[in-house]
Amino acid sequence: MSRTFEYIAIALGVVAIVVTSYGLGKLSYSWMPLEASTDAREIDHLFSFLVTMGSVIFLVVMGMLIYSLIFNRAAPGDYTEGHAFRHNWKLEVVWLVVPTLLVLWIGIYSFNIYVRMDVAGPKELLASASQPKDLEVAATNTNQALVTIGVVAKQWAWDFHYPDGKIDRELHLPVDRRVRLMLQSEDVLHGFYVPEFRIKQDIIPTRDIAFQFIPNRVGKYKLHDSQLSGTYFALMEADVYVETQEDYQQWLARESDNAARNLAALEYTNPHERVFDSHYPTVVPARSEEITASNDAIAKN
Amino acid sequence: MPNNLVHGVTLPESESKHTLAESEKNWRRYFTFNTDHKVIGVQYLVTAFTFFLIGGLLAMIVRAELITPASDLVDRPFYNSLFTIHGTVMIFLWIIPSIAGLSNYVVPLAIGAKDMAFPKLNAIGFWLVPVGGIVLISSFFLPGGAAQAGWWNYPPLSLQNPSGNIINGELFWILSIVILGISSIMTAVNFVTTIVWLRAPGMTYFRLPILVWATLTAQLMQLIYLPALTGVALMLLADLTLGANFFRPTAQGDPVLYQHLFWFYSHPTVYVWVLPIFGIFSEIIPAFTRNPLFGYRSVALATISFVPITGFVWAHHMFASGTPEWLRILFMFSTELVAIPTGIKVFAWTATIWKSKLHLETPMLFAMGGVMMFLFAGITGVMLGAMPFDLHVNNTYFIVGHFHYIVYNTITMALFGGIYYWFPKISGRMYLEGLGKLHFWLTFIGANLCFFPMFPLGLQGMVRRISSYDPQYVDWNILASLGSFLLGVSILPFIANIAFSWLQGKKATKNPWLATGLEWTTSSPPPKENFEEIPVVDFPPYDYGRDKYSHPHLANR
Ligand code: HEM
Ligand SMILES: [Cu+2]
Ligand SMILES: [Cu+2]
Repeated sequence: MSRTFEYIAIALGVVAIVVTSYGLGKLSYSWMPLEASTDAREIDHLFSFLVTMGSVIFLVVMGMLIYSLIFNRAAPGDYTEGHAFRHNWKLEVVWLVVPTLLVLWIGIYSFNIYVRMDVAGPKELLASASQPKDLEVAATNTNQALVTIGVVAKQWAWDFHYPDGKIDRELHLPVDRRVRLMLQSEDVLHGFYVPEFRIKQDIIPTRDIAFQFIPNRVGKYKLHDSQLSGTYFALMEADVYVETQEDYQQWLARESDNAARNLAALEYTNPHERVFDSHYPTVVPARSEEITASNDAIAKN
Repeated sequence: MPNNLVHGVTLPESESKHTLAESEKNWRRYFTFNTDHKVIGVQYLVTAFTFFLIGGLLAMIVRAELITPASDLVDRPFYNSLFTIHGTVMIFLWIIPSIAGLSNYVVPLAIGAKDMAFPKLNAIGFWLVPVGGIVLISSFFLPGGAAQAGWWNYPPLSLQNPSGNIINGELFWILSIVILGISSIMTAVNFVTTIVWLRAPGMTYFRLPILVWATLTAQLMQLIYLPALTGVALMLLADLTLGANFFRPTAQGDPVLYQHLFWFYSHPTVYVWVLPIFGIFSEIIPAFTRNPLFGYRSVALATISFVPITGFVWAHHMFASGTPEWLRILFMFSTELVAIPTGIKVFAWTATIWKSKLHLETPMLFAMGGVMMFLFAGITGVMLGAMPFDLHVNNTYFIVGHFHYIVYNTITMALFGGIYYWFPKISGRMYLEGLGKLHFWLTFIGANLCFFPMFPLGLQGMVRRISSYDPQYVDWNILASLGSFLLGVSILPFIANIAFSWLQGKKATKNPWLATGLEWTTSSPPPKENFEEIPVVDFPPYDYGRDKYSHPHLANR
């Protein structure tokens, strides 16, 4: 292959890689769930950026490897040296400096995203700490006061304590309002995770963890426990409704209908057939939301 | 047909008969308390591979459960035991001991030593492995069942003990970790001493093959970081059985402290596994490209640099754990920076392969496949380091995908590559190339089919460790399960190959790959004290330019 031809081939390769990586970055938004909080947008931008950068590196290295696999095969029985380059300081400095700059870029970009995110940030993790400091994005918030809801996790159910004393097994949130959740656990570690909100927080027994975000899309979502919590871990779910202010107020005013089922307790009392049953013992699931006193749950374990 | 293998020269029949008789006489030594590092190496490899089969079986039951959304195959406590023991077995009874085995076999040969520094300690270290393994596996048969809190074993879940018995799966889990930890410490002391003191004359540090650098680094890391794990396991044991309260939140214990101590070891441990794997890549790739390893010195320095830096990133496993903001940010930057010495290696292999003379026998296929998939694993790792993104995918299948691209698609692939590569040295026989290639393709396809679907699943929010899931996730799960079954099948040609070749394979020469390491200058298999005469080293590593390595008859003289 002539030199010029090789240069042209490399140039074309670089263009193809840049275009593909850019395309994958754009496409990556569609790999994520719906965006239902102000943070989700930010995270998706970050993910898109990471996909673009990652694709460039991946495609360049894979391109070189595959090119070699196709064009640089040894003739059978030829064990002579391939090429004699042992090192090349210039190249090695380049591949030290360029990746360093790339990862610093990723770090700084992520840091900026983090600052813009609405999670009030773990500096405020302890509920006893003062009200969250105003973050840059506070502007996107409406001026209304923060909605504070208590979240009590226990093996394997969620209870939500609303400001006026209502307790329910569904999480209802007003749209476009900053929500502050006070996360508590009665037994083991749990995790608060709604994929559409893109944020996650472990819940630690005996600690009060405050957690904030702004849901911004009306709809029904699912909360899932994200930290392994034992036998019925997979069933520890709750329905999450983001609704307009009016709907939210109406719902708050209504009596709890207890429609939401406690899946773990149901399965415990009515176990279904399985191909194999080990008969290993399990912690007994906590009952429904009327049980708010923690000693109750512990007594049963 | 004396020489139908692309590489290698077959010796006359008479000579091969001679060694056959010798090895037949000797097979019993593999079942005894033997102190020869070569015997111990094989013992480790066979033991670890047995546990790999057990761990793989557990994983396939997990995947069989997940092929449908409902929990319909096994009950939930058993499911939790399955993935807990699967993870523990794969880490502590497959990856760590198989690497210890391969290094045990190769490192003394590669540095020109007669044996390890402390042969008895070496043997004790090995025999603790089956003991620890049997303790762990037997816990399935306890009435309360095997441990169910995942391989992290976070309290307070791990302290719950629903059976109420003093003898319970959790206790067995802890004991087994402590036993295996002690074994690893013994091995680490031995390797470090051996590499520092027993190098052949002229074998300076910058003449060491990268595999030896990597072993030195990894074992130093074991010495420094492993006591944290053993310590935390003993504290957990005290909480579980003696009524202590280190981690019990209701009694002023701190469960987050457990996480810090656990990851202070368990992040470095991933480099304890992967650095020797990088070492294997760095031996195989030069031999099959006929090139010196590009940038040898920077690769060596990047390797040893992990000893300190790997100690500064553990909290990236705790981004969502209630970690203070400053810690999140600090550990985000340190994690991103760790990608640099890792990247250097990938670039070095790529540059070695670029414009070389590629030979594609089985060891090289596994090495190339492993490097490609490591690239993907590393890039997803850098993504996870970007903490805001990690808050979304933490504890989802995205993580499971990331680390299986490491532990299976990189580490296990490289181990197979290494086993094929050194098999002629170990057994004195050649494996069957056709079966080897079949093994590679089944593994490569199976591994991607099994683990790639986990990335989209994680992005969509499927939480890890769940025994039933929403129907929306079913399609990718079916693919992953099919991939896992294919991986199960992929092991068969390997077993057939090794068993057949060890008994009936063609006799191997001392240097079938025309490779440069000292292990290739002695007979296959090597004599009891490794070398007829201790070699003197007066040349750089990976000296592929020399005439000596260009012709089969010269290389095997
Ligand atoms: C390129 C460098 C890498 C970076 C930046 C990186 C980053 C990360 C991060 C941030 C996590 C935690 C994710 C979470 O739980 O939310 C993680 C998990 C993990 N990484 Fe990596 N990683 C890299 C390479 C590796 C390597 C080389 C190995 C193994 C040899 C490895 C093995 C693991 C394992 C086993 C886990 C999961 C542990 C568990 O959750 O059970 N990673 N990685
Ligand atoms: Cu696994
Ligand atoms: Cu880590």
